[in-house]
Amino acid sequence: MSSQEKRNEGLPFRPEYFDTININRSAVERRTASLPARRTVKKEYQAAWLLKAISCIDLTTLAGDDTAGNVHRLCAKAMNPVRQDILDALGFSSLTVGAVCVYHNMIADARAALGNSGLPIAAVSTGFPAGKISLDQKLEEIRKSVDAGASEIDIVISRELVLNNKWEELYQEVKLCREACGDAHMKTILATGEIPTLTKVAKASWVSMMAGSDFIKTSTGKESVNATLPVSLVMVRAIRDFYELTGTKVGYKPAGGIQKAKQALDFLILIKEELGNDWLNNQLFRFGASSLLADIERQLEHYVTGRYSAGYRHAMA
Amino acid sequence: MTVLEIFDTMEYGPAPESDKNAMEFLDKHGRSFGLYINGKWVAKKDTFPAVSPATGAVLAQVAEASSDDVDAAVKAAQKALPDWAKAGGHERAKYLYALARQIQKHSRLFAVLESLDNGKAIRETRDIDIPLVARHFYHHAGWAQLMDSELKEYKEIGVVGQIIPWNFPLLMLSWKIAPALAMGNTLVLKPAEQTSLTALLFATICENIGLPKGVVNIITGHGSVGEALVNHPGVQKIAFTGSTEVGKIIRKSTAGSGKKLSLELGGKSPFIVFEDADLDSVVEGVVDAIWFNQGQVCCAGSRLLAQESIAEKLYQKLKVRLQKLVVGDSLDKGIDMGAVISAEQLKTISSFVERGKNDGSEVWQLENIPSGGCFFPPTLFLNVSPASVIAQEEIFGPVLVAMTFRSHQEAIKLANNTRYGLAASLWTENINLALDVAPKIKAGTVWINTTNVFDAASGFGGYRESGFGREGGMEGLMEYLRPKNDKTFAEKTFAFKVSGNAKAKRSLLDRTPKMYIGGKQARPDSGYSLQVLNPAGQVVGEVGEGSRKDIRNAVEAAQANGKWAENTGHARAQVLYYIAENLSARKKEFEELLADACGYSAKDAALEVSRSVERIFTYAAYADKYDGRVHSTLSRHVTLAMNEPLGVLGIVCPDEFPLLGFVSTVMPAIALGNSVVVVPSETAPLSATDFYQILDTSDVPGGTVNIITGPKEPLATELAKHYDVEGLWYFGTSEGSKNVEQLSVDSMKRSWVNYGKYYDWLTNPLEKEFLKKASEVKNIWIPYGA
Repeated sequence: MSSQEKRNEGLPFRPEYFDTININRSAVERRTASLPARRTVKKEYQAAWLLKAISCIDLTTLAGDDTAGNVHRLCAKAMNPVRQDILDALGFSSLTVGAVCVYHNMIADARAALGNSGLPIAAVSTGFPAGKISLDQKLEEIRKSVDAGASEIDIVISRELVLNNKWEELYQEVKLCREACGDAHMKTILATGEIPTLTKVAKASWVSMMAGSDFIKTSTGKESVNATLPVSLVMVRAIRDFYELTGTKVGYKPAGGIQKAKQALDFLILIKEELGNDWLNNQLFRFGASSLLADIERQLEHYVTGRYSAGYRHAMA
Repeated sequence: MTVLEIFDTMEYGPAPESDKNAMEFLDKHGRSFGLYINGKWVAKKDTFPAVSPATGAVLAQVAEASSDDVDAAVKAAQKALPDWAKAGGHERAKYLYALARQIQKHSRLFAVLESLDNGKAIRETRDIDIPLVARHFYHHAGWAQLMDSELKEYKEIGVVGQIIPWNFPLLMLSWKIAPALAMGNTLVLKPAEQTSLTALLFATICENIGLPKGVVNIITGHGSVGEALVNHPGVQKIAFTGSTEVGKIIRKSTAGSGKKLSLELGGKSPFIVFEDADLDSVVEGVVDAIWFNQGQVCCAGSRLLAQESIAEKLYQKLKVRLQKLVVGDSLDKGIDMGAVISAEQLKTISSFVERGKNDGSEVWQLENIPSGGCFFPPTLFLNVSPASVIAQEEIFGPVLVAMTFRSHQEAIKLANNTRYGLAASLWTENINLALDVAPKIKAGTVWINTTNVFDAASGFGGYRESGFGREGGMEGLMEYLRPKNDKTFAEKTFAFKVSGNAKAKRSLLDRTPKMYIGGKQARPDSGYSLQVLNPAGQVVGEVGEGSRKDIRNAVEAAQANGKWAENTGHARAQVLYYIAENLSARKKEFEELLADACGYSAKDAALEVSRSVERIFTYAAYADKYDGRVHSTLSRHVTLAMNEPLGVLGIVCPDEFPLLGFVSTVMPAIALGNSVVVVPSETAPLSATDFYQILDTSDVPGGTVNIITGPKEPLATELAKHYDVEGLWYFGTSEGSKNVEQLSVDSMKRSWVNYGKYYDWLTNPLEKEFLKKASEVKNIWIPYGA
């Protein structure tokens, strides 16, 4: 991730920034239900938007059976996500995803595979996905991942602090993580599937941003409910309010459950409408996804050829 | 633009919906439509163009009906009526179900045609209008099926004339046609001249499903067609949705005719934002309230009331949001707003906005709107004063006016500071606040943390000058029904036979009956008294001669008595029972009075008194039982249909049954929480004036019942004219009835008159009808979700 944008240096902990937040779930859902019907992109616009979506993907593998072999394949796909003839037909010379996202001990393999492509490596950290390790261990893990070559660190927050309204403790924890990250950019995963109300999602977003997160991210992909449009709406509105207060743009990363091109477009529309075009690039927006790319590739081939595509025609990750 | 360029600009690009099928439909009909009368298409030489407001293109020629055509349509409906009514609920349910299915099967054709004809966004017709239309027919297919079991006491009204507006052409058609057909009525419908096409498409599906001829007749044309329909003697009911101005004209012209009327008129609905609301959601609520259907929505939240503590923050968010709206061609799938209906409407909106600017209000408008076509930018006025024209008048365009309030009490006052009362939207995360404020807003629909949500199972309609009657739900069905036993309004009186020779046993001239205002006895303002004669011609007493000033004082006392309505039903029941107990204790005295003053036999006098006691018991019993419903509408919504008292109700009692007529009208009214101003029997007022002693001893709060004696017609006239009287019941002559209906037009008073006919007060066949007439239904929508 290059640093065109000023990094978020955070704010001192002040509960008055967030303690009056009230989120109305029904109204939020009404907005997210109507939004994908209010805006749409067709034809060349759709193709361009889907390419944009690809450029924002953190192509991810986070499985117990990850090996050097499949990480290598993932990296190869990350550097060449779309078949060259399709790219040519769309007038693109090259395109990569936003980053690859792996566990700490796959960083070295990813680094070897990516070579000097410049593609960032994101490492999930801090006892991902549950975060149930000591704070010292969390900080140590971050430092090790940065040393190993990760330029982006995806941390998980302690959900118990959210559930029990221990906002200042949460702030301190995230702030220490950010310090441990050094120059690496930090994405803070709220694990919204484990946060009971949208109001708490908004408050956790605020605390994470105040503590200096570069991105806020919905999910680990391991909770039963992952990135949804309503949760995203609440989080991006928090980002907008934070920007209005501080002038600092915090990025957003929905992760988990985004598998279809249409879903990706809905998310991009949400970002455009609620945050604006400034956020429509991989500096400030990422999808955490593994199977999304394959669906987008099929849609792009359909746009180029006019024929519905098949999965086997595109290189697997 | 190339893909690469778009990759950088991230523009949306165009997303047109095809109009191919709609054009084929129009072509198939030769781009020219006749009238749909008696199941046949009647071609006309006199036509007018159907114009697409987004482009100005002429879509088709539409027939202009003549008064002969109106007559033919009404006759067709009359002819079809007996069979349709007799067909039974299940037969009618099958037709309504077929209509619902047809609308679903051709939903996109309806949506595209509607969007072309009206100028509204295809997203709205596709996702909102047409699904609601289908839902309305399904729901009423159900009511048709259940009529024989659930609505046993009712029957159809007859031939119904229906006049609908251009803002939701097909949706308003469904709101009119579905309940009318379900309940066994036949109808003549006139769509607005700006938007005839989907009604004509609807006529073709009536043909396709083999709906019996004459059951639905659709006649197109301008205002004169509506006028002919309203005035046609063969029509038993008029249902109108449109402007308050035209609604008043219709009411004036039907006054005294006995035609049943429902009017769904204009609004200037408040949109109230409390400091603890979810402000980003509020902003989207505003978009759905006033920047929906170009603001051409009768219930649009057009007055934003924001709590001072958050007003600036909210305004800032609104200004930003406003610039993100997209206005464009109605068939573009990526727009928020399309074109307004016509150049004329565009002019009206513009002139309001100019006046607002001249008033010095701060104005914000969307900068980019298409040129050509009838487009008007979403507009926001800040810091508008309640006195400003744009804060008072219905603009019927995408124009929001904003003002602030300090407390919820002030919010309620500002919200109610309007002649209208159609809807309100209020936003707070505090359920205590929401449920405290909602009942205090004078509006037929209150949305909490949402707006412009509709469903066939819920009633919709106004208070005050927003009209009366409800559409949707059980309450909406009542507009298309009459009680089976309504023949009880008869040509001949039910009064006891009295002898002109019966002399009074005693003189009552030594008594001084006064009027009764605000719980106190009051002398007439005029300083005059009237003699009361019995049938034998003897002077049996004197009562004050009431005048308009006494009416004024009584209405003020009644209006000041807000506490009575706030009592529980149980508390009001206790007071009513106590009234009955005290009347019972003084039974003898009232019997003697009736005998002396009315020439009654002892037996008849005893019967009237005992029935009066019984009647009071009946309405005491209802006080805590005439409750509302929870409608089954949308998922995760509670929709409460609450019966609310009208407020201050004028009651002009029948001359006959001086005690029972008084009790039978006053008791249901106060049982539900109304305060009343009663004009007792003109010929025999003494039992009413004696009655205030009973009220005095029965814990009835002052101002609940106010009694003004004197000449019936002038007093009725004053009550009808009074702006602060919400309802008026009149039992007198047919001319008097007409007079009351005509004079009630200006304030859109809920009137109920007997057209000079007689009611059977002894048996009270319309027992529950009195409760209906004493109340109106407010629907409160509460979406929820943790």
